[in-house]
Formats: sequence, C-alpha cells, structure tokens
Amino acid sequence: MEQGLRRRLWSAVFIVGFFVLWEAFCWAFHISDIVLPKPSQIIVTLVTRMPALWPHTVQTLYTTLVGFALGILAGVALGVIVGSSRLAYDVAYPLLIGFASIPKVAVVPIFVLWFGSGAVPAILTAMIMSLFPIVVNVATGLATTEPELEDVMKALRASKLDILWNVGLPRTMPYFFASLKVAVTLAFVGTVISETVASNRGIGNVMMIASSNFDVPLVFAGLIILAIMGVALYAVFSLIEARITGWAHRKDEFAMG
Amino acid sequence: MNVEAHPRTGHTFVELEKATLTYGRGDRQIVALGETSLRVDEGDFVALVGPSGCGKSTILKLVTGLITASTGYVYVAGREVGAAPVRVGMAFQNPTMLPWLTVRDNVMMPLKIVPPFRQQYQSKKKTEFRDRAEALLKEVGLGGFGDKHPWQLSGGMLQRASLCRALIHEPQLLMLDEPFGALDQFTREELWAVMQALWMKLKPTVVLVTHDLKEAGYLATRICVMRSRPGQIIDDAPVPFARPRTIDMSYTPEFVSMTQRLRELIISARPVKETV
Repeated sequence: MEQGLRRRLWSAVFIVGFFVLWEAFCWAFHISDIVLPKPSQIIVTLVTRMPALWPHTVQTLYTTLVGFALGILAGVALGVIVGSSRLAYDVAYPLLIGFASIPKVAVVPIFVLWFGSGAVPAILTAMIMSLFPIVVNVATGLATTEPELEDVMKALRASKLDILWNVGLPRTMPYFFASLKVAVTLAFVGTVISETVASNRGIGNVMMIASSNFDVPLVFAGLIILAIMGVALYAVFSLIEARITGWAHRKDEFAMG
Repeated sequence: MNVEAHPRTGHTFVELEKATLTYGRGDRQIVALGETSLRVDEGDFVALVGPSGCGKSTILKLVTGLITASTGYVYVAGREVGAAPVRVGMAFQNPTMLPWLTVRDNVMMPLKIVPPFRQQYQSKKKTEFRDRAEALLKEVGLGGFGDKHPWQLSGGMLQRASLCRALIHEPQLLMLDEPFGALDQFTREELWAVMQALWMKLKPTVVLVTHDLKEAGYLATRICVMRSRPGQIIDDAPVPFARPRTIDMSYTPEFVSMTQRLRELIISARPVKETV
C-alpha cells in the first residue's frame, strides 16, 4: 500500500508540475494569449464561462455515451460472428482492417449528407470510431481460445452456444475490456470531430466558434473539459475491468479476496 | 449409473472396427492411424502405450467423437459414436482449468453441460452439486481448495482437480490423455493411487494414453502397444496383478519383466531412422 501511495503521489506531482512549468514558460517568454494561454487563465475562463459551457458538455457526453453504447453492441455482435468461425474470420478480417484504416474524419461528411447536421452524425461517428477496436479484440479473443479448452467441452457434447457462453466469452472479457478503455476515448474523438464539422451544440462546436473568434482561452477550456471527461470514463472502465477480469491480472489483492 | 445407455451386445463398450485416420490430401497425406480394430469391455481399464506420434491420442479423439474416422467404424455403447447418449469424461496432460472460475466451479462445469444434470444445474448448483464437487475434491486430496482459483494451485493439484472434473458427472467412459505426463515422479505415483481408487469405486470404462510403461502397468487391466508410421496396435496383453496395486509391486520381478517386454516391443517396432 505504501508503494501504491507513493506512486500516486508522484503521479499527482507530475501532473501539477506540468501545469506549473506551462505557466512559468508563458510568463518567462511573454507568450501571447492568442498563441498559448496560461493555465491560470484557462481555469478562470472555465469557471466564469461554465454556465454557458455546461449544456455543451452534457451534450458531448451524451452523444459520446450513446455512440459508444451502440459501438459496444455492434462491436460485440460483429466480433462474436467474426471470431467464432474460422471461415468468417478469414473472410471478414481483410474488409474489417480496410474499414478500420479509413480516417473517420472522412466519413463525417457522408453521415451529414445522409442524416443532416446535429446529434445523429455525431453519434454515428462516435459509434464507428469505437467499433473497430472492440470488434478486433473480441474476435481475436474468441479466435485464440485454446483448442484443449474446446475439446473438454466438445467431449461433454456441449453445443456451440454452450462453448461460446461458458468458455469463449468469459475468456474474451480481458480483451473486450482492454478495447473498451481505448474505444471510449476514441468515441470522444468521433463526437468532437463531428461536432466541429456539423453541429451547433457540443464542446467541439464551442471550440470551433471560439477559435474563429480568436478566443483561445475558451478553446483550451474546451480541451480541458474533453480531457477530464476522457480520463473519467477511462477510469470508470478500468475499474469495471479490474472487477470483472481480475483473474487475468492475478493481482495479489484479487487472489486474497 | 444409467444402465439403459449401456450396450446390449455382449459387454463391449467401445469398439473400433478397421478404423483409420488420414490427414491432408494427395502427396501430402499423413496416415495418423493405420487400420485399427480394438474392443474395450465395459468397466475395463485399457492403456495405450507407444512412441510419440503413433496415433494414441487419435484413438481417444475418435472414441470421443472429436474427430471422425476416415474409413472404418467407431462404436460406443453399441451404436456409432455420437449417436449413443454416453457420458464422457476427459483429462489431458494440460489441466485446462478455466482461469476465471474457482476450482470448484471448474469441477462443476460438466454438470452445467451434460444432461440430465444440466436441467437441474440452476437449482442445485449451490447445494447438492456443490457438495458433490467438494466431496470429490476431498477424495483426491484437495479438500478446502474449492474456493481457490487455478493459478493458486500447483501443477499436481491442478491435475487432481482436472481428474475431478472428468469424473463429476459419473461418466461411463473416461478418456485420459497422458494426464500425469507433466508431473514429477512422486506426484505422479501419488495420483496413480488416487486414480486407481476412483476407478475401483466408480468403475467407468477407461482408456489411458501414456508414455510411461510403469504407469500403464500400475493402472491398466490391459495394455495395448502401438507402433508409429502408420499408427497401429501391435500387441494387446492383460495385466494380471491383483488390486489394489501398490508402488512396491512395480519392483517385483514379474512386473519388471512385463515392462521390459513392452519396452522391447516398442523399440523393435520403431521405424528405421530416416537419414536427414
């Protein structure tokens, strides 16, 4: 515990130190607000403009979470299909990689064309951004299930569904949660991209307008909000992961509990 | 045990009739198992010994229906394999415990899958089945370890748990694929005694694949010697020693001469070494 506390302390010192250095850097070189605002200034902006920023924050969070939830549903379904059959894996994998390597910014205009501007393209962008890591990880987890494990089940005359439910899916959980941590931050990226391109709500939109007004402190305030939400969601999913897939990490605390 | 599922045709429980298995096609064809016929009586304990790659494991997989014979037939309980509702237990060299489950839940896994237990699993998993798993774990010397996770156990303990999992659903047919192969000598000898006790009590039909002639002699009532390329049974002899057998018995002249005979058979049947 002593060790963990010290690690956390250093981590906090590091974060604070980063902002202190930033502040000192701006003072020392007389950096203009329009180029790089000081952290103190960003915090002031964040506090004073919060009433106006709050609805946008909620909007961005909402869009991200809805998109992410859809991404999980679609991702798990696709991953199970692709991962549970050798044929589907071989056939679908190249196409998946192809889709995954398309820059998602490029598809936002298509979504806007189909669904107009607003929340729908943002939700869809968040969804496809978070989709691929989930599909790939779930599929990989299922496809790499040890044949011996399957043999044990097959000798018991277990159905494919039995094997999937009792061996495949639990075994895939660590892969799945590892992908969720990555996917949730990607979902934010998707939302913000879409909001900057085609929306009149959300943090992405606020930042877009702020930067065209040269209100750089507000742009940075938006960045800070995004970072805080991203870290918070990452932390939530890390916690869920640690609870559900502790067996895969074999931590001492888990072994004792 | 469910008497209904047992065969009517004599007392043969497992039968291979001119079964073969080949992998691949054309020039690249590999004969894993040459034409093999084998009968195993109900309640018998047969050991298959032989060099690596002689098709021992192939026979196990054929009998459990994990693979289908290329030619010939495999019968279990008087019907073609897979057709008869036979409960099969299996244990491998690798204990293959599911790491996210406790040892007890691992042992109970077959009850979750195999009828008729499957239908009762939800209602009995906390009471009767749990007690049954605990009792079996205790019998193999794992009393009190049910709540542990697999990585907290040693290799020998995992193998004991693996035996429990293979036996919890009272299988009529038990397939053991070198289950003690990765263990040290002392643990192995201990587990032979455990295995013998369980077999004498539950009387499943057992097919054991092993490299270890002493193990085969200790456990089996019958030993089949196999050769490789192509895999074939070249000798089939009963093991006459009384039960329960002990380690001391494996040092008697009779036992030693039996294992020596088996050893010579295997060596003389070895294919001529190919020049590389």
